[in-house]
Amino acid sequence: MRIVILGAGQVGASVAESLVSENNDITVVDSDQERLAFLQDRFDLRTVIGNASNPSVLANAGLEDADLLIAVTPSDETNLVACKVAHSVFNVPARIARLRAHDFLDSEALLAPENFAVDYALCPEQVITEYIARLIDFPEALQVLSFARGRLALVGLRAYAGGLLVGSPISEMRSHLPPEIDGRIAAIYRHGGAITPTGETIIADGDEVFVLAADEHIRTVMRELRRSMEPVRRVMIAGGGNIGHRVAQALEGKCEVKLIEVDRRRAEFVANSLKSVLVLNGDATDEELLQQEGIEEMELFLALSNADEDNIMGASLAKRMGCQRVVALINRRAYAELVQGGPIDIAISPAQVSIGTLLTYVRHGDVVQVHSLRRGAAEALEIVAHGDKKNSRAVGRRVGELPVIHGAFIAAIVRDLGETDDFNFFRLGAKKQIGRVLIAHKDVVIETGDHVIVFCIDKKVVKQVEKLFEVGFHFF
Amino acid sequence: MQRYYPVVRVLSLVILMFGLTMLLPLGVSWWLDDGAFASFDEAFLLTVATGAGLWYATRRETRDLTIRDGFLMVALVWTLLPIYAALPLVLELQLSFTDAYFEAVSGLTTTGATVLTGLDDMPLSINLWRTQMVWLGGMGLIVLAVAILPLLGIGGRQMFKAETPGPMKDTKMTPRIAETAKGLWIVYSLLSICCALAYYLAGMSVSDAIMHMFATMGLGGFSSHDASFAYFASPTIEAVAIAFMLFAGMNFATHFVAFSGGSLRPYRSDPEAGWFLLVTLGSVLGIAAFLVFHGVYASFAEALRYAAFNVVSIATTTGFATTDYALWPFFAPLWMLFLCSFATSAGSTGGGIKMIRALVLYKQVYRELMRAMHPNAVHPVKVGNDAVPPNILFAVLAFGFVYMVCIASMTLLLSLSGLEIITAFSAVVASINNTGPGLGEVGPASNFAGLSDFQIWVCTFAMLLGRLEIFTLLVVMTPAFWRK
Repeated sequence: MRIVILGAGQVGASVAESLVSENNDITVVDSDQERLAFLQDRFDLRTVIGNASNPSVLANAGLEDADLLIAVTPSDETNLVACKVAHSVFNVPARIARLRAHDFLDSEALLAPENFAVDYALCPEQVITEYIARLIDFPEALQVLSFARGRLALVGLRAYAGGLLVGSPISEMRSHLPPEIDGRIAAIYRHGGAITPTGETIIADGDEVFVLAADEHIRTVMRELRRSMEPVRRVMIAGGGNIGHRVAQALEGKCEVKLIEVDRRRAEFVANSLKSVLVLNGDATDEELLQQEGIEEMELFLALSNADEDNIMGASLAKRMGCQRVVALINRRAYAELVQGGPIDIAISPAQVSIGTLLTYVRHGDVVQVHSLRRGAAEALEIVAHGDKKNSRAVGRRVGELPVIHGAFIAAIVRDLGETDDFNFFRLGAKKQIGRVLIAHKDVVIETGDHVIVFCIDKKVVKQVEKLFEVGFHFF
Repeated sequence: MQRYYPVVRVLSLVILMFGLTMLLPLGVSWWLDDGAFASFDEAFLLTVATGAGLWYATRRETRDLTIRDGFLMVALVWTLLPIYAALPLVLELQLSFTDAYFEAVSGLTTTGATVLTGLDDMPLSINLWRTQMVWLGGMGLIVLAVAILPLLGIGGRQMFKAETPGPMKDTKMTPRIAETAKGLWIVYSLLSICCALAYYLAGMSVSDAIMHMFATMGLGGFSSHDASFAYFASPTIEAVAIAFMLFAGMNFATHFVAFSGGSLRPYRSDPEAGWFLLVTLGSVLGIAAFLVFHGVYASFAEALRYAAFNVVSIATTTGFATTDYALWPFFAPLWMLFLCSFATSAGSTGGGIKMIRALVLYKQVYRELMRAMHPNAVHPVKVGNDAVPPNILFAVLAFGFVYMVCIASMTLLLSLSGLEIITAFSAVVASINNTGPGLGEVGPASNFAGLSDFQIWVCTFAMLLGRLEIFTLLVVMTPAFWRK
């Protein structure tokens, strides 16, 4: 696929890095020569210097033949104009813009094809905020992802002795669960390596496990792997930047939040815009300050500043001082791998969190959701199956008779997905998602219109998965 | 040793690929039964066997090439492959290894200097192999490897950069390096087909047309005749040769953009192409007039014919000749030798320091003059419409300096070994610019056969230095490169 990325900042660079490894033709545009030279030396891509909203610069970058534009410059305005230019001058079929301002994000009319023509507005800060909010809903989880508009949940968590299934083979799970509840162990990681789960696999204490179940059943299934924890009530946030501020806003009212910000003026600004959050002006790596604010009583410590090093040090310190769970935002992959599971419970890589939505545009076929797992090594795809037995290799067949792809398997299927008006007088117009979740056992038959969740332990096999769901061209 | 496994793995694939190209002369030799079949057969098997063996030994290696590996890789390819390329010559012609290696390096670096005489009586397949080496080396062995082998993305890029001539290597025609390499080879091949057809239509035999196409497009100057192009004595053939030498002396990236866009505008916006044509064709007219003035040729038309062919041939670093131009008044051959050191474009198959560096150097000097007059002037060095970034400017200055030092030191070496100064200097200049014939004992009427083994090795080294633009080879020779 030919992709043009505008902006070689943190987001642009990490997007380029993950896409270039998949044999895409990447061109990166930025006005900063040094940043481009950095990318050019490391990856097989083309760079163009210039103003990213300028039609002549975009023409130089080969936008005419591009399949996808990803505008991720720091300026909302540049991104909007670039999408408009791409749409009306170059006819680029898909356009993604990174937008920070709520005013732009919320205005559907503004983003419509006849106006700024943005297909998808990406706000990494918002995506990360939601990601963290879900971690707070599930205190046991390392990662919580949803598919099929929230009908299906995929949760990554560490197995501990005390979970019903720990120490016994996976096939025993069926006997613990009530008949109407079904779940699936999608992947197991032990000592950094992946294990393909079969019925006989025994889950050990300390394994990192991904489980899949219908949204309403996921808590029950999670209990198989570890004891439930009390809901989070006390949270400390280090760093009142864009992300810290948003997360504090999202948590306000739900839990008791303390926010530490080093810059006096920023701290004042954050304090002004929040109601019940206690904003502290100080250094989050200062142990006296943490001590004073009762770090040992905190259930969750979120290090969300811009600097990897500060986040790692702050979170490690908080953990050492007795905080139950610490989460750090870490951009550098090497750092994240170094500390996750060690001093820090969860390392969140902002790039990996926000790349999923971009990947849905890069994947072939009707892919509606992609989640990047294990820092890009694995991937979970939600693909809508189309066609019939004649023109598709998947539809109309039992899961057990599909060709075997090593490193990938079908984990679940969501059927009859749609929206219905919830019968609820108090929240007028609220919609409820319906759809039946089927855990993919051997004899489930795939039907057209099914949302199929495919788990790829190895990203290299994604191409084969796309092929499997391809519809013969006579379908259209 | 483990550290070099990735290099060995890629190297083995390149050797294998190179071995497969021997199938062409092997097949021709078998078809014509010209007596060289056994030699090619042995050379082919030996090459393919070492390639396959090395590949098998390192097949489990998955690491990517680092920047340093890229340099090592390119240096190894250009020093090791000539050994394999020399095999048929050693086996068939009973040449000494020194001479055969010189001949192979001369071919692959598109120099065209030879130690052989009696070319007309040699097996056709040997001449085909000599000219085919020129063609392969012209666009570059690494570029070919990157184009056809699935060569590890970024590692391939480093190697590509280390091999392609010119100071600015980051202007890519397509986002991916493999696509760029493919595009360059496709354009090169298309132009080559046109060239062979044109030669054939102009009256060459099929085999001559193909062999001379190889030598013309690679700007190498090997011929299957001792008399070079004088053998044909046909103005039409000379005109065809001139046209295609000029084509090959331009940047193939420009050809690519022009071909894929279907317009001639890229040639106008390429500052090098314009200067290259202006300087070369200007020199043709000037030397023709000079020759008439000195009474070498009676009519201007005759002078123009000889001047056009020989000046273009030397300026583009090809090295064909239709007459012994060393007999012309001394200024003319000297001027031609001067031209060959800078006339061709970056990204062409020619040698020398390239027109773009000459332009940058000239504009840098001009800037210093302007600065002396207007101390406050802001005066960027611009080539075409783009300012040259300071790091490239410094690289060009350093390159110019090292180039001079190399010429001076190797000329000294040759005179130390007993050559007279004109021969020594012109042999070095002709070798480092990948031109071929020099003056004096190595002039167009004779060849390098008269040199001693030591002198041959100095010239071989000069050719490699010139083809890899000095730095790639020097980097590998610095102690810091090998430090852990």
